[in-house]
Amino acid sequence: MMTQSSPTTVKSEAGNVAVGNVAEPMALSVTDVAKSYGSGFSLGPVTFDLPMGYIMGLIGPNGAGKSTLIKLILNMIHRDAGSISVLDLDNIADEVKVKEQLGVVFDSSYFSTYWTVKMAEESMMAAYPTWNHALFADYLKQFGIDTKKKVKDLSRGMQMKLMLAAALSHDAKLLILDEPTSGLDVLARDDLMDILQRYIEDGQHSVLFSTHITSDLEHAADLITYITQGKLYFTGSKDEFDDAFRLVKGGPDELDAVNPVAVGVRSYLTGFDALVHTERVNELVQADHELHVEPVSIDDIIRLTNGRAAGPCRHEEGSKAR
Amino acid sequence: MKLIISSVSGEPIYEQIKRQIREAVLNGELKGGEALPSLRKLARELRISVLTVTRAYNELADEGIVVNVQGKGTFVAEKGDERMKKKLTDQVRNALRQVGAAAKAADIPLIDLMDLLETEYKKAK
Repeated sequence: MMTQSSPTTVKSEAGNVAVGNVAEPMALSVTDVAKSYGSGFSLGPVTFDLPMGYIMGLIGPNGAGKSTLIKLILNMIHRDAGSISVLDLDNIADEVKVKEQLGVVFDSSYFSTYWTVKMAEESMMAAYPTWNHALFADYLKQFGIDTKKKVKDLSRGMQMKLMLAAALSHDAKLLILDEPTSGLDVLARDDLMDILQRYIEDGQHSVLFSTHITSDLEHAADLITYITQGKLYFTGSKDEFDDAFRLVKGGPDELDAVNPVAVGVRSYLTGFDALVHTERVNELVQADHELHVEPVSIDDIIRLTNGRAAGPCRHEEGSKAR
Repeated sequence: MKLIISSVSGEPIYEQIKRQIREAVLNGELKGGEALPSLRKLARELRISVLTVTRAYNELADEGIVVNVQGKGTFVAEKGDERMKKKLTDQVRNALRQVGAAAKAADIPLIDLMDLLETEYKKAK
């Protein structure tokens, strides 16, 4: 049986950890943003900040609202409430300026598949006054993309890299990637993470990255924003996220003692896995139960905070329902 | 300087960085005034979070082993090694004080205590 408690939102201020306590400017601020669909799915209110110079992973199961949130940031869909600012500019009032600062990568190519790579570049050149042909050519060379090839003849990984090259070649300060690694092999994912870490190295660039492949984030992400069933569950540093919970394992007899303090439980014939807030683990250990306590992975947190049996029926995200 | 990260040791990554930098300072591999890799560069090289390296560097600065210089980077503190040796020696002295008291309470003769110490000393790596 799965049990589930109501989500608690933890918010930390990543800006406070900077060396020398310099207040960092925000690359992205999402404040009380909400969106409801006729289908019954609603997102928010969601509030989080991404300080400049960091990589934030946006995580959550399919249908949690990740893509909806990204579409709201990009002003591709209309929000019901709240405000969003990108590099201190309002994403609707200053839309043109905001778009110039944004680089976007989606899970499938937004270039016409019948275009050649060269035609894709021409479309970008027309859209961005800051387009840098030499830089784009460098990226294509580095990624091994042939400019004469048609988009449809590129592999999935190459299509993602083409979008990435385009996103990086118009002096964007914030990269937003929606499930860029789905369907990519380990080498392509590794290359991507390397490129993202280089991109933010100067402290002037930032990345928001949605994924359900959490191993990509386990190391390189600085911050995590976790949404589930349309609600914000956590936003803050990844280390804090990992430290906030412990995985407690025990036999069937110990379940009654652990259940009241557990955030989520999966019980099975011979025992159980429970997600427990780290500060409450001591109560259990002191009470002399024979429990096994381990650090958690991001996957454990998602798995145990999404009890399928107890959770309300999940609706498809609006983007997919259309 | 050698700095490697284990993902299965269970030791938090920032602790692994702190431990290895402390060791390098103690054994003289990193000298007073020497620059550590910039924290963003180190994060990228090790494929870890910038915030993790920031935490390690800040905690080493709190211990007086390194110094963060605004806009310039992070440097090994002058006499950081001496400070660390003194701190460790103080720790040993405090621990021995307790050991001495406990041994007296348990009526363990000094010669036996020294044997026990020798065994433990050899066990430590």
